[in-house]
Amino acid sequence: MSNLPLQDVDVHIPGEPEGSARVPSADRAGKGVINLVHLYPREMSIYGDLGNTRCLAARIRRHGYSPVVHQHHPGAQFPAEPHLLVGGGGQDSGQVRVEADLEHIGDRLRELAEGGTPMLMICGMYQLFGNAFITVEGQRLPGLGILDVTTQGNAKRMIGPVVLDTEFGEVVGYENHSGSTTLGAGQAPFGTVRAGFGNNGSDRTEGARMNNVVGSYLHGPILPANPALADALIALAAEKATGRPFEPVSQDDAVADQARMRQVRRLVK
Amino acid sequence: MLRTTAAVVAGKAARAASRLRGGGSALPGLVAEKVDPGFLSHALADVPRGIVVVSGTNGKTTTTKMLVAVLRGHGLGVFTNPTGSNFTRGVISSMLGELPMGGRLKADMAVLELDEAHALKFAAAVRPTHALLLNVARDQLDRFAEIDHTAQLLASLAEQTTTGVVLNIDDSFISRIRDRVADGVAVRYFGVDASIADRLPEIQEQDVRFDDDFVPPKPGADDGLLKPSDERTFEVLFGEPGSGQHVGPLELQQRGLAAMINATAATTAARMLLGDEFDAARAEAALRAVTPPFGRGEVVMVDGQPLELVLVKNPAGFTVALGTYGSTPVSTMIAINDNYADGRDVSWLYDVSFESLREQGVAMTSGVRAYDMALRLQYDDVSVDAIEPDLEEALDAFLAAHHGQPMRIFCTYTAMMSLRRVLAARYDLPDIGEEAS
Repeated sequence: MSNLPLQDVDVHIPGEPEGSARVPSADRAGKGVINLVHLYPREMSIYGDLGNTRCLAARIRRHGYSPVVHQHHPGAQFPAEPHLLVGGGGQDSGQVRVEADLEHIGDRLRELAEGGTPMLMICGMYQLFGNAFITVEGQRLPGLGILDVTTQGNAKRMIGPVVLDTEFGEVVGYENHSGSTTLGAGQAPFGTVRAGFGNNGSDRTEGARMNNVVGSYLHGPILPANPALADALIALAAEKATGRPFEPVSQDDAVADQARMRQVRRLVK
Repeated sequence: MLRTTAAVVAGKAARAASRLRGGGSALPGLVAEKVDPGFLSHALADVPRGIVVVSGTNGKTTTTKMLVAVLRGHGLGVFTNPTGSNFTRGVISSMLGELPMGGRLKADMAVLELDEAHALKFAAAVRPTHALLLNVARDQLDRFAEIDHTAQLLASLAEQTTTGVVLNIDDSFISRIRDRVADGVAVRYFGVDASIADRLPEIQEQDVRFDDDFVPPKPGADDGLLKPSDERTFEVLFGEPGSGQHVGPLELQQRGLAAMINATAATTAARMLLGDEFDAARAEAALRAVTPPFGRGEVVMVDGQPLELVLVKNPAGFTVALGTYGSTPVSTMIAINDNYADGRDVSWLYDVSFESLREQGVAMTSGVRAYDMALRLQYDDVSVDAIEPDLEEALDAFLAAHHGQPMRIFCTYTAMMSLRRVLAARYDLPDIGEEAS
């Protein structure tokens, strides 16, 4: 596909310690090893979405577990036992570059989603997890169909700060998408829009949730300022990884709470 | 003509008013543009030796300043927009100070710093003779949407250029623009020498479109390559080492690899613009004398101690700033606003690595997104002593807590403007509109 060697090299995740892709020895695994997989970090993490991976890895450690941060690149072997998957936004050229691989690992992803593996798919990857993306010219590009959503390409972009009500409490972030997404009949949204556009700017829904798969347009990145969502994903992953209920450690999220509350106060009239 | 005179008068009045208030360099231009939409093409009609547009994501202000200095060092009269107000209206605003009432600029050459979107608007009014295109990086994605789109804007600008373009050979978003220029338009390149090519990832965006058959250009005898000997001293080489022309060795006042690359870009462009008139010794002298533009390492003396103001606006720029300034231990404050001119989306902070601040810690975060910045630092295990969204209160507390120590503030555009206003009222500091040079 490409003759440039860079393709298979992991990207630097700011803040992550060296070697966080290595599996720790049993005596250093803490409460358990959690395999965290970032799908296509090179092509699909343009708006700071690597911050979600950093946030999850850091919080997994703070809760006393050991994360193994795996970066999945197009054409590479998909990791054997993922417990938590994240994906981000890309530009059109990035999206084109991952389509073939996504089709290749599609069955595995669908199987994991049905089995309850937690996943967080943002923006471009949220769209690709849906049924289809229909371009402005009317071309239908099939998606994975894990989330029952369909996205219509648009000339106008929906850009700006967002506040949502979700089952994880108030969630803040920033959206920047030209696709307008519609939920299928039985498809639950991720949240209800209190400020911003959301899926399509008209029905006040934002994102989608199916089993433990959350799709959303929110960058920010979404997790650092919304730690309740991060910990909910980690709890599900910890149960997957260890077979035991999540054993959390109480966290000091005062700064995150301030960051979020201030955005809510500014944006919700 | 009457309409243009009216525009000049109205614009000058607005300029005087806004200068009294101590802010806003684009407003007077807006006034003039409203009164006479053809203002720009009229004003630039009599500039005989060329209209040069400098664009790209990072380094526009510094590069423009360097290019203007080299051209003036060769005796040319050059009009430029030195305010860092790189929108079309900012260009008009800076013109108003120099325009006679007839509205036509008297200069040999115009060198204009324009951001990617406004460069195209400008080209629609006035076709540039030359374009110097620096780089494409993630910057204010809420305005430009995507890097690909930004690259497209610059390619369109190159298409509008009539005589010559200078492109960054190391940034394939830029170098591939060679295929877009019109027949007969000369193409030259600037870049780094092979000896330091491994440092490029520090400062530029990865082009992920590598599954096509693009073959990067090879530098020729008129293309300038940077060969540094340390963080401030370098040569610009043209042609084969030892055989071709070289500029330097020389030392810049501004530190870091990014500034040296900007100087290489400016030198290559000046050499193209001046042709046989180009003189290496004059270029060297001019570059040596260039002071950092405001906000690019500008130093304010506060009670005998230096306070550096460093503008940050995108991941590549913040990373370069941390690499350039992060190693010397000083008390650090970071001020992040999210107004339109800052970039409303602060997600980009998660594409910057703050690990170089870990040892020293950060004394204060401020601005509208002070808590988001503090949270970002937490995830890089950088300690934060205090968080105060109000900029003036944060500055007071920061200055008081670090009295007698060197200090540095990294800030976004509007945060810098606010901080500068407060500092200007207390300390000696050049007016933004008329930078000391």
